[in-house]
Amino acid sequence: MEPTPLYGLMGEFDSPEALLAATRRAFAEGFRKMDAYSPFPVDGLAEALGSYRVTVPLIVLIGGIIGCLGGFFLQYWAAVIDYPIIVGGRPLNSWPSFIPVTFELTILIAALFAFFGVLALNGLPMPYHPVFNVDRFELASRSRFFLCIESTDPKFDRNNTRRFLETAGAHGVYEVEP
Amino acid sequence: MKSQHGNESTTAEPVLPVIEPGHTYATITDKISAIVLARQAPRVWYIGFAISFVLVMLLFYQIARLIAIGVGLFGIMIPVAWGFAIVNFVWWIGIGHAGTLISAILLLLRQKWRQSINRFAEAMTLFAVACAGLFPLIHLGRPWFFYWLFPYPSTMAIQPQFRSPLVWDVFAVSTYFTVSLLFWFLGLIPDLATLRDRARRRVPRFIYGMLAMGWRGSAIHWHRYEMAYLLLAGLATPLVVSVHTVVSFDFAVALVPGWHSTIFPPYFVAGAIYSGFAMVLTIAIPLRKLYGLEDFITLRHLKNMGIVMLATGMIVAYGYLMETFFAWYSGDIYEKYMMINRMFGPYGWMYWLLILFNILIPQALWIRRVVTNVPALFLIAISVNIGMWLERYVIVVVSLSRDFMPSAWGMYSGTIVDYSVLAGSIGLFVCLMFLFIRVLPMISIFEMRELVHEEAIHND
Repeated sequence: MEPTPLYGLMGEFDSPEALLAATRRAFAEGFRKMDAYSPFPVDGLAEALGSYRVTVPLIVLIGGIIGCLGGFFLQYWAAVIDYPIIVGGRPLNSWPSFIPVTFELTILIAALFAFFGVLALNGLPMPYHPVFNVDRFELASRSRFFLCIESTDPKFDRNNTRRFLETAGAHGVYEVEP
Repeated sequence: MKSQHGNESTTAEPVLPVIEPGHTYATITDKISAIVLARQAPRVWYIGFAISFVLVMLLFYQIARLIAIGVGLFGIMIPVAWGFAIVNFVWWIGIGHAGTLISAILLLLRQKWRQSINRFAEAMTLFAVACAGLFPLIHLGRPWFFYWLFPYPSTMAIQPQFRSPLVWDVFAVSTYFTVSLLFWFLGLIPDLATLRDRARRRVPRFIYGMLAMGWRGSAIHWHRYEMAYLLLAGLATPLVVSVHTVVSFDFAVALVPGWHSTIFPPYFVAGAIYSGFAMVLTIAIPLRKLYGLEDFITLRHLKNMGIVMLATGMIVAYGYLMETFFAWYSGDIYEKYMMINRMFGPYGWMYWLLILFNILIPQALWIRRVVTNVPALFLIAISVNIGMWLERYVIVVVSLSRDFMPSAWGMYSGTIVDYSVLAGSIGLFVCLMFLFIRVLPMISIFEMRELVHEEAIHND
């Protein structure tokens, strides 16, 4: 009988150091399609998985530029083009008075881009994900550390990968149903 | 602070810990999430919630009357058209500032002691800004037209006056609220996932699950998350300085004696942080006692907050001193009279009470025995809360009541509606705070786990 298809194999570790060491070994072993799960951010773990680039700062910068230019020209348009009215003898384009709102809108749009940008990059909200099929995985938000090697990885093999995770120091190896 | 460090090394007194020893990732997670997931809240919670809820009902009742009958129910008159509403607005928005300072600036400065107080300090910011926003809205008189403050394609073919500080204020406060909310919620996501995994009943599990949006603690996600969190902290940092600066422009850009002063922005920002830390202490001290969180909110936190209060309080004292100096040095008859009136006029007693509550009593914080004494810190924090309210009263009311022309002078006092709306807003704040500690983790769980990890490396 054909065995049921798997999303991957998941190893459980009891410390961030053990998880980091196992992840480095897995990467050296040639595994690429994998992810590590921890209850708090672990330094160097994303790099160990082969991820270097972080696009969040660029997104925030773009948001800030949009907010800054948009904020200023919103006021310019309102005060000079749409509703030109002289107040206190100042010129219509009295730009120093427009600075506070320009500044606030720069921050506002950049912050909105940061928040929704990180959610979008992380693919959240995601109501279903296979890793939650593992009962022990609920400890990933408490005290345990997990490394999941996915079956789409070309080097994935049900028995060899299980053995690899065990030799890498996993306390338990679980099959992750898709 | 420097001399204190010196003392510490000479007397060989141990540095107070930011977390008591013996905690693991699991014990921290269980202890903090148990407060939220427990079926029953402590009895004190119900009593406190009931009292604050009654005050919220009082607030709603008075707001309904103010809308139905009109703002004449307030004590406002000409020349004092601002009154309690603006005093309360400035007071509340100032209180909010400590939350942002703790969560953003102390994060950028890598202050480890922020981690157990940042979550509820941020919640405090949100609720304080919500209370603050209420007052200008009611004070508008016709609050259903509040959207006239925003630029939108209106059929009246008019636009807001962008050269006015009152319009800047709308943008500053709404940006402040939005950014604080985003920052707070982003920090909550991993903890909501923890609650989802810890909850044993279906409904809480479902609700926390929806709010956590499927967070699973992936390393790549954490990596982006930390970057976004850091950037949001960087974006929130200028807000700490800018929001109360813009609020101070409401006064400083006007020509009224006692308002038209260049020292207002820095002195308002220092005052905001001062009152904010006082409010954090006012909340943290009963909270840690009630929920037995002395291991997480340690004496070190309370002491550090006391020191920040002392430092910002001294800046505020310098502000008062300089205002007096400017009044004399300017040689301006109106400025000079304003200061004499402030000190010895009909409202003079308020000025001296303000000096007592805001400047004299907090000087006790210089004494080590006081700054590490919990009840004393609590009393000083209450004193600062009262003092800062009086400060805003003195600035708003005393300056307006006697400006340039004696024929236009007038005496102002709050009515029963003024006092009940103030009490109601405190009730609303406390009520929201009670709801928050009941349904959300009041201490950031994942940051505490990180702290345990760092302490473990440190001790090895």
